Amino acid sequence: MEFFRPATLIDALALKSTHPTALCINGGTDVMVELNFDRKRPETLLDLSAISELSEWSDQGDSILLGAGVPYTRIYQELAKELPGLAMASRTVGSLQIRNKGGVGGNLGSASPAGDAHPPLLASGAAVNVASVNGTRAIDINEFFLGPKKNTMNPDEIITSVLIPKARGGQQYSKIGTRNAMVIAVCSFGIAIDAKNKSVGTGIGSAGPTPLRAHEAESYAATHLDWANGSAVTPEMMKEFGALVAAASRPIDDVRGTAAYRRHSLAVISGRCLKWAWTSTQDMRSK
Amino acid sequence: MRLTCTVNGKVETIDDVWPGESLLYVLRERMGLPGAKNACEQGECGSCSVHLDGILVCACLVAAGQVEGAEIKTVEGLAGATDLHPVQQAYLDAGAVQCGFCTPGLIVATVDLLEKNADPSDSEIREALAGNLCRCTGYSKILDAVRLAAVRLEGAGKH
Repeated sequence: MEFFRPATLIDALALKSTHPTALCINGGTDVMVELNFDRKRPETLLDLSAISELSEWSDQGDSILLGAGVPYTRIYQELAKELPGLAMASRTVGSLQIRNKGGVGGNLGSASPAGDAHPPLLASGAAVNVASVNGTRAIDINEFFLGPKKNTMNPDEIITSVLIPKARGGQQYSKIGTRNAMVIAVCSFGIAIDAKNKSVGTGIGSAGPTPLRAHEAESYAATHLDWANGSAVTPEMMKEFGALVAAASRPIDDVRGTAAYRRHSLAVISGRCLKWAWTSTQDMRSK
Repeated sequence: MRLTCTVNGKVETIDDVWPGESLLYVLRERMGLPGAKNACEQGECGSCSVHLDGILVCACLVAAGQVEGAEIKTVEGLAGATDLHPVQQAYLDAGAVQCGFCTPGLIVATVDLLEKNADPSDSEIREALAGNLCRCTGYSKILDAVRLAAVRLEGAGKH
């Protein structure tokens, strides 16, 4: 096995161009499991962890440009105010040891339907920046996932960063699992309320072949939330919103749970998320 | 490949390393440092916890090639010439060791916690140690050990 550890992105892109089957590794929390268990034996391993620009984030005014290799720990320590939904999701990933290494780039590269970063990225309307020797392109997060562990990237491309709009209202993330740590989501849900544009974004995790949006639930919430006076979310709204989220999911029965359980729990957690996110939207307004 | 890194303060050069093997394998099988334990090899159990450039990681999830030039601190690097590290002593005194297999990882994770947070609450301890499994299920004694170590380190003015 060849092992490359480029120090710059330009060198990494050149290597990925000449070695398109190279497996990229950064935090290693997914890739090393595959190697340790002999599930993958790539001819080439391309280590991106020495490229400093991948582990930095910057403030772009209305958005945060998050380097693909910024570990989850730093996301919730440094960006909880700007990206509360992603910060909450980041804090639920694995354990401290995993969060210290893993980041959003790897989550997107693996493209598991259960990836914790995906629902908040969908809810916020993020864009995934990828690069190759031929240039860069920004992929709308809604177009990024193609199927279980499949994304729309070309073999010569590397994920460099994600552009995420800063919160313009309350955000929430909720996840079902057997513990409060070390859990691959049975199902998960992210919501981002945009008080400026009076709209609601959603993301469903681990209840379909890809992470999904719940478009009808978003429209329902946007038309039923009391944008003028901020009155509380009613139990009826929670129920209807939850039902629409559950209807948008496409779960299967598997080792972590049944499709029926996923639909039920999605309805419950999404209703709660709507209520909590609306409450924090009002808190943000009153400040 | 040849790998050069600093382990417990000493620069080490290791030959014939396969770059896809884990840091855990390098430590245990190539360097004779068996303190970090090999259990799950998938980051689930925390038994192989070490510090890599000051960050708590599972050594099983780091590729050997990624630690070129890095600084690694394992449980073997904690004790002084004559005394145990206060966290190690606290685990002994609190009876937090049963079969002992999870102990090195828990001690390294506890050192990491107390370096950042000298007086952690119980929920902070639980969150910090959530990635370290003890299958003897001796968790209440482990929490006792962390609290004891925190008190002793505070008293010793080590923070």
